[in-house]
Amino acid sequence: MAVKNIKKQIPDLIGENITRIDSFEKVTGSAAFTDDVQFGPRLLHGKIKRSPHPHAIIKKIDTSKAEVFPGVKAVVTGNDYPQYIGMYLKDRFIFARDRVRFVGEPVAAVAATTEEIAEEALELIDVEYEVLKPVFDPLYGASPDAPLIHPDLGNYDVPNYIYPVSGTNIANHFKLRKGDVDSAWKDCAAIVERQYYVPHIQPAPMETHIGVALAEENGNVTLWSSTQSPFEQRNQIAKALGIPRNKFRVVGNFVGGGFGCKAGVTMEALPVAIALKVKGHPVKVRLTREEEFYTNFLRQGLVIKVKVGCDKKGKLLALENTMYWDGGGYTDYGVNITRAGGFSCTGPYNVPNVKADSYCVYTNRPIGGSYRGFGMAELHTGIVQIMDELAEKINMDKVEFLLLNGIQGGDINQTGMVMHPVGTTEVIKSLAKGIEWGKKNPPSAPNKRRGKGIGFIWKAPTQPPNAGSSAWLRINEDGTVNLGIGGQELGQGSFTAMSQIAAGVLGVPLEMVKISSPVDTEYSPYEWQTVASRLTWSCGNAVKAAAEDARQQVLQIVATAWQEDVDDLDLKDGYVVSQKSGKEIPLKDFAVTGIPKENFNGWTGGPVLGVGSFMPTYVTGMDKETGQGEHPLVHWTVGGEAMEIEIDLDTGQLEIIKAVNSFDVGKAINPELVRAQMIGGYAQGLSAAMFEEIKFKDGVVENPSFVDYRVVNAIDMPREIETFIVEVPQNDGPWGARGVGEHPTVPTIGVLGNAIHDAIGVRLYGPPYTPEKIFLAMVDAGIVK
Amino acid sequence: MAIHKISLKVNGQQEELEVPSNMTLMTMLREKLILTGTKNACSNGQCGACTVLMNGQPVQSCLVLAVEADGAEIVTVEGLSKNGKLIPLQELMIEKGAVQCGFCTPGMVMTAYALLQRNPHPTEEQIREAISGNICRCSGFVQLVEAIQAAANLQ
Repeated sequence: MAVKNIKKQIPDLIGENITRIDSFEKVTGSAAFTDDVQFGPRLLHGKIKRSPHPHAIIKKIDTSKAEVFPGVKAVVTGNDYPQYIGMYLKDRFIFARDRVRFVGEPVAAVAATTEEIAEEALELIDVEYEVLKPVFDPLYGASPDAPLIHPDLGNYDVPNYIYPVSGTNIANHFKLRKGDVDSAWKDCAAIVERQYYVPHIQPAPMETHIGVALAEENGNVTLWSSTQSPFEQRNQIAKALGIPRNKFRVVGNFVGGGFGCKAGVTMEALPVAIALKVKGHPVKVRLTREEEFYTNFLRQGLVIKVKVGCDKKGKLLALENTMYWDGGGYTDYGVNITRAGGFSCTGPYNVPNVKADSYCVYTNRPIGGSYRGFGMAELHTGIVQIMDELAEKINMDKVEFLLLNGIQGGDINQTGMVMHPVGTTEVIKSLAKGIEWGKKNPPSAPNKRRGKGIGFIWKAPTQPPNAGSSAWLRINEDGTVNLGIGGQELGQGSFTAMSQIAAGVLGVPLEMVKISSPVDTEYSPYEWQTVASRLTWSCGNAVKAAAEDARQQVLQIVATAWQEDVDDLDLKDGYVVSQKSGKEIPLKDFAVTGIPKENFNGWTGGPVLGVGSFMPTYVTGMDKETGQGEHPLVHWTVGGEAMEIEIDLDTGQLEIIKAVNSFDVGKAINPELVRAQMIGGYAQGLSAAMFEEIKFKDGVVENPSFVDYRVVNAIDMPREIETFIVEVPQNDGPWGARGVGEHPTVPTIGVLGNAIHDAIGVRLYGPPYTPEKIFLAMVDAGIVK
Repeated sequence: MAIHKISLKVNGQQEELEVPSNMTLMTMLREKLILTGTKNACSNGQCGACTVLMNGQPVQSCLVLAVEADGAEIVTVEGLSKNGKLIPLQELMIEKGAVQCGFCTPGMVMTAYALLQRNPHPTEEQIREAISGNICRCSGFVQLVEAIQAAANLQ
């Protein structure tokens, strides 16, 4: 078997249900999360003083009493840090400087020997505010009547694909124009026009945000944090503070839930800013659960207006989509979510005439940030339900409607991109089969009603066009392997999947491979971020390349030493074997120290170190006025859900009888991990659909606790969940793999809305679909008294 | 703040500690005994991540004052496995893929362990009820319920 042939086959371990490699530490409680790491007696505790006003000018800050409070080692305000920081649109400071723009915005901080002293000292900081008129609605915020929240918007540093409108509260206006929507309406046999409201929700990971920073006299800074992005966190903070990247080290321990909200920089610059004032002392800032609820970057609220039309056969002709995103007081990440909503505006459908305007609007709400789906759940809240209504209006079966209109490989999508092959038909058919579409089951009691809903969605990784991954692979003296990656383990199983790829490609047993962790920018190779469902695809490619590189080095050493052809050699189970001579040699004998020549007259080889990297190089831009481009997104993952539900007419309560998930992942590197993402993602989506809503009053979060912010628990989940893995390969993914981490949270709100309509004939235009809302809707519709 | 001397057993070992009046059992475990397996996810009894056994009963250690634990026997997640040997519940949680980010996991393990102690053969509904006070944002609970059922089947 020649090496070339071996490469073409799928290696061992790829596609296998390998047990997660990090579970042992987690079930024993020995896995170190950032708050578990012991930092020694020099550790100081940082607490943050926050704005009580949604919109105000800071007139004066007096820190004098706090500074002399016993146990206080540093007090910091925005006066100390004039630098802007941010991901895309750089519009915020580390601490507020001239004004505050949301309740909870950091205004000052204290570092003290205990948390209690730090909290007491915060009370001694006096801040004088002049209250300004606030904006609590994105439509109002976008209107000329609204006060300007960022008068300097026109001067902010912004990449060339974000379009702020100077002199307004519009931080980004993404436009998409394809075909001629205005002329197409007259050709439509059926048109539906609706408006939907999606409230703010919090990602609420079980581990709250935390950062511990140590600044040394020699200029080195170390940040230990719960982060999806050690390298991007280093990049943004070091850049803002003028610290060379190689003197700024980020150590990323296990992450107790990320879901996007631990991407980029949210609160992590705060401990760094404090630490720079107390060199030699690590400073810990850990958000309380209350702070996590009212100050963490949350999923933007959205007002989405959609108009859609089809011909008499049900073929979609035109779609118009206007989105007003409630971006909050700062939109450094939110502008890109707005863009993603804009360029994905049709949902996964083939529509010849499209018009979309997606506005990211400043309001005096907490900062809108990334959360699983990155705009897609919000967008599809509208799209999944409006397609359902349109199918009804044209008297077409909903599954037939989806099959007719679902995007297929070769179609030109709304951005002008030619679609790659996708498993649309297989996904939709599997959902229909799983939920037994067309079969109406009787309710379990006379006061209940049953219904079924189905929905089809998509998402493309939303990343800069040049986001890259890299990996290294080192073989040790005993033949074990260390694998270096910059990708983080958030619970999605990345460490397991990457180990499988490395071991499978190299040709060693899985147990021989260990990921060098925690990810540490000092030693780990670069990874843009563990976000966007991109890791299996992007980091997977880099790991595959590094393993292939190491494998080639190993075979070349032996080929030279044995004077044989590389093509006659194989590396399997940690042994190099010659197909020609039958000789074999284990890695441990030579992978570090080489092979001696005859009579020890010299050596062949040396330490084997494989490296690999991957960055898409084919991404083109999108036209500013039309959103059209040749290849503006790397790829799309399609998928969907179906649900059967039962509604109690007396209480409005929902019971989810069965849920079906189906996603085209290209190639499942580890099918059980894919299934786990589908079920877990569905649970989060269901939670948002049934319960979650951040409630505001005058800009203040009224429900900053799990008591008043309900999330799905073990009783709420359906007892029957079926998952389908569809595999239509992605041409540049490892063995065809595409991401799926976010996608299962995306359809759920829309699908539940469709199921509720099917059960009781009532449409709700905004989640969460609580019992109160359902009951009152039934009263309004005359279904119950 | 008054300081109190307390004497208690933690994971089978006798401990003599000095704690302030307002220190919770959770903080005492994490900061005085450096048993960081028990997690602080809310400090308010809302989420179950800090669950430990106190005199055989599952409690949310953030709602128990350290002084209340004087004379008590506490078992944390670290006390379940001995010399790296896991209990069947832990082995099955690994095998079934019931662990994702791991932050809720110690609390889940303690709650499930306590359930199987008091009800060796729970129904699926009883399992779901028992863990309904443990929030997990990652998993959707499916594999966890399977693991607990499998552990019960071994008893």
